[in-house]
Amino acid sequence: MTENMTLRGGAVSEEQRTHRLMVLGAGVMGVGIATLGIGSGLPVTLVDVDEGKLGQARRQIRRELKLARLMGALPEGTAPGELTTTTSAKEGAAATAVIEAVTELAEVKAAVLAEVSALVAPGTPVVSNTSSIPIDELADAVARPEDFIGTHFMNPPCLIPTVEVIRGKRTGDAVEATLTSVLAELGRTALVVADNPGFVTSRVLHPMLNDAIRVVREGTAPPETVDALFEGCLGHRTGPLRTADLIGLDNLADSLRVLYERTGDEGCKPDQLLLDKVQAGHFGRKTGRGFYDYGGHAS
Amino acid sequence: MTTTPEPTADVIAERITRFLEERTKISFAVDTDVFASGSVNSLFAMELVVFLEESFDVEIGGSDLRLDNMRTVRSMTGLVQRLRDADEDGHG
Repeated sequence: MTENMTLRGGAVSEEQRTHRLMVLGAGVMGVGIATLGIGSGLPVTLVDVDEGKLGQARRQIRRELKLARLMGALPEGTAPGELTTTTSAKEGAAATAVIEAVTELAEVKAAVLAEVSALVAPGTPVVSNTSSIPIDELADAVARPEDFIGTHFMNPPCLIPTVEVIRGKRTGDAVEATLTSVLAELGRTALVVADNPGFVTSRVLHPMLNDAIRVVREGTAPPETVDALFEGCLGHRTGPLRTADLIGLDNLADSLRVLYERTGDEGCKPDQLLLDKVQAGHFGRKTGRGFYDYGGHAS
Repeated sequence: MTTTPEPTADVIAERITRFLEERTKISFAVDTDVFASGSVNSLFAMELVVFLEESFDVEIGGSDLRLDNMRTVRSMTGLVQRLRDADEDGHG
């Protein structure tokens, strides 16, 4: 996998890099996407309303760049792109693509998207990075629905070579083409899917993770055994509980609620053990504790 | 001004082994490939980098930032010693 990523990442020369990114939201995914942009040599403006969070984000980006280099996941010899952090989206208005990665709540995303889509030039892709919210629902909030499209980057974006791209009913052909070129400069491959709650990956994966959590709550097996079974018997690279910790248990619970509200699928109703962990502030890797203890280090 | 004695290879190796054991519940021999064991995933490599940097006051960057340097207790110990030696030389 590492070798493939290096090849893909190296496929775009410095002269071919033309994009400038604005990333909205300095949470786990915003930081990860900003890291991918900078590591690929693109200038990135990272916007968050919380100045303190931006300070943490700068440190986390340095750490994630190191991780990406450690894994050979960035093109060798590429000078990092310039990182600007700001509390004002106006500073990133000249971006050639905007990626919104704020928290997984439709009303919060809609408010941010409404503001930013009015700031950028027509034809600039306005992208919502979401694990489950239908794009056409959010399209009502943006200034130009034809410039609006969805992505679902996996965490950590630098290490995952493929991005699920969601085309809404009103998404135009031009924005899809531009986003594909942005992703190519980031060394990622786009796979375009239709717009439904959870799209493909979350619609399948998140109820499965919820089931794995239920299995733990019911005492069938502890997290270590559940994960070892998926890794050892089924060949999964990472078991479901470690995956849940990596996604963020708060984000997983939010995503499951989105799926449950929109599909009525009982399997998507967040399990009580998941809700208890979120209530206790144990969100997984990012808080240092979830189904596993990460030694108190958020990572 | 006090001088902290330079940790020996044995001391470095022992601290790395202890950290690995705390985090993975596995006691690794010095030449065992930590990642081949299947008990940790690649993200753990970054935890190792942070641990080594913070515990031994070194900075791992450039061409040293390779998974191969993190594979075994021996390779990590060698890296730490080399970086500490280089730092000492640098401050002459």
